[in-house]
Amino acid sequence: MSNFFENVDWAEIAQACLDTLTMLGGSLALTVLLGLPLGVVLFLTGAGQAWENRWSHGAMAFGVNLLRSVPFIILLIVMIPLTVLLMGTSLGVAGAIPPLVVGAAPFFARLVETALREVDRNTVEAVQAMGATTRDLVFRALLPEALPGIIAATTVTAIALISFTAMAGAVGAGGLGDLAIRFGYQRFQTDVMLVTVVLLLVLVQFLQAAGDRLVRHFTRK
Amino acid sequence: MIRLEGVHKAFGGTHAALAGVDLEIARGEVFGIIGRSGAGKSTLVRLLNGLERPTSGRVLVDGTDVAALDPAGLRALRRRVGMIFQNFGLLSSRTVSGNVALPLRIAGASKAEIAAKVPALLARVGLADHGGKYPAQLSGGQKQRVGIARALATDPEILLCDEATSALDPETTRSILALIADLNRELGLTIVFITHEMDVVRQVCDRVVVLHAGRAVETGTVADVFLRPQASETRALIDESGEHAEPIGFDGPIVRLTLHGGAVLDPVLTRIARDTGTDFIILDGRIGRLKDTSFGRLTLGLLGGDTARAIAALREKGDVE
Ligand SMILES: Nc1ncnc2c1ncn2[C@@H]1O[C@H](COP(=O)(O)OP(=O)(O)OP(=O)(O)O)[C@@H](O)[C@H]1O
Ligand SMILES: [Mg+2]
Repeated sequence: MSNFFENVDWAEIAQACLDTLTMLGGSLALTVLLGLPLGVVLFLTGAGQAWENRWSHGAMAFGVNLLRSVPFIILLIVMIPLTVLLMGTSLGVAGAIPPLVVGAAPFFARLVETALREVDRNTVEAVQAMGATTRDLVFRALLPEALPGIIAATTVTAIALISFTAMAGAVGAGGLGDLAIRFGYQRFQTDVMLVTVVLLLVLVQFLQAAGDRLVRHFTRK
Repeated sequence: MIRLEGVHKAFGGTHAALAGVDLEIARGEVFGIIGRSGAGKSTLVRLLNGLERPTSGRVLVDGTDVAALDPAGLRALRRRVGMIFQNFGLLSSRTVSGNVALPLRIAGASKAEIAAKVPALLARVGLADHGGKYPAQLSGGQKQRVGIARALATDPEILLCDEATSALDPETTRSILALIADLNRELGLTIVFITHEMDVVRQVCDRVVVLHAGRAVETGTVADVFLRPQASETRALIDESGEHAEPIGFDGPIVRLTLHGGAVLDPVLTRIARDTGTDFIILDGRIGRLKDTSFGRLTLGLLGGDTARAIAALREKGDVE
């Protein structure tokens, strides 16, 4: 057994795990921070909603679709100048976060918009009929009612981010993906590959399970 | 209290949802709006709290033109107009108490005020022990009671009910209608009640408008509209609730007798039979209640004796067709 893992440097693995978790945590937090308001605005400017506006909705939807249609690996490269401007470097964990956020926030915003649209129309109307402002409607009705959907969207986004971080590893971001590519792929160290894949799998499983639990906890239906 | 003047509402389709409706609803009455699916009933009540704006015409609530209100004015109006829905419209993420408290929170009520008011409202609708439950844990009738408590939270003067009992079974419907009638009597609430069932109108409403394809085809007291329908659309609605069915085969003179109020308690038929020698065969019939009077409607076959005199005698007691 110890033979099989001869190439595995556990300290390096630990560092890679930490890097992956940092990238995931940082980018997920920023994705939610930017994507949630964007999703709400996308929803509110949609047809029949409080801020209905075809032009701004159309423009935002176009921007979101544009960013979602660019393959992440391309986004990583195209964003290098902007990343350097924002973070001072395009390498390491810090360099990975801007492209991760730009890649994931539009995706998350769309999921949030969908979750908000699924809030019962009757409920929205009832709250409007109470004399609610749009702000009341968003904070006291729409977001609480859509919470399970938003948590599910966060889970999906987090898992998508994990695969993005692995890709970011290819351009020098560090983390488990980086390790898998450098040792597992380029030097044929299958044992390193295996360990990183198992760790990534464990992380994905854990996130999915935690997300599902939270969704169940907040669902009162 | 509520006045519609020449109200048109089009959604951009080929025909308008409302096409020139004039209406007046008095303070403290229970006013029914009846009509088939798509007649424009929901559109009409949604105009009353500004959820829709008329394409033309005016909607006046307490003398104010609803369409002319600015957003703040509209919100103030909505606090004075409660609304309940067929599908209840409760927030599934909030408890029963949380749902009832919501309009108060939105109106900026203090914590103490909310804490005092919510239990009283729940007690009023018979849900004193259910404040901590979530809507998903309640039956349909209980959900509608929560809807009513919530609609009453800001002490409105008007309550709009859009098919409030259409999702409920007959027994539960009766209990909700009784609650609505109580609220009308005790709080002097003006109630606008939408339904597609004549029976529901008969039980709670004082006056009613029959809406058909966006037009008010008949307006009047429930007794007038129900017992002496003028428009063919009204007759069709009444027929659906089992009235006016064709009598079973009898070849002889047939009359339809409609009795109102006290006449229901007169021994009309036996007395006339004795006087004229005519026997009556009851082919179809029903004795029932309107909100606060009673009615009888009988389809009679006449057999032997002086039928002309019998019919004349019936005519003295009620309406004969
Ligand atoms: N938001 C809307 N956009 C487009 N058309 C609408 C809208 N709301 C209502 N309509 C149309 O207006 C007409 C009247 O609708 P309304 O909902 O008022 O009918 P209703 O009498 O309440 O019917 P129901 O008994 O099915 O609830 C219908 O033809 C409907 O299709
Ligand atoms: Mg309707």
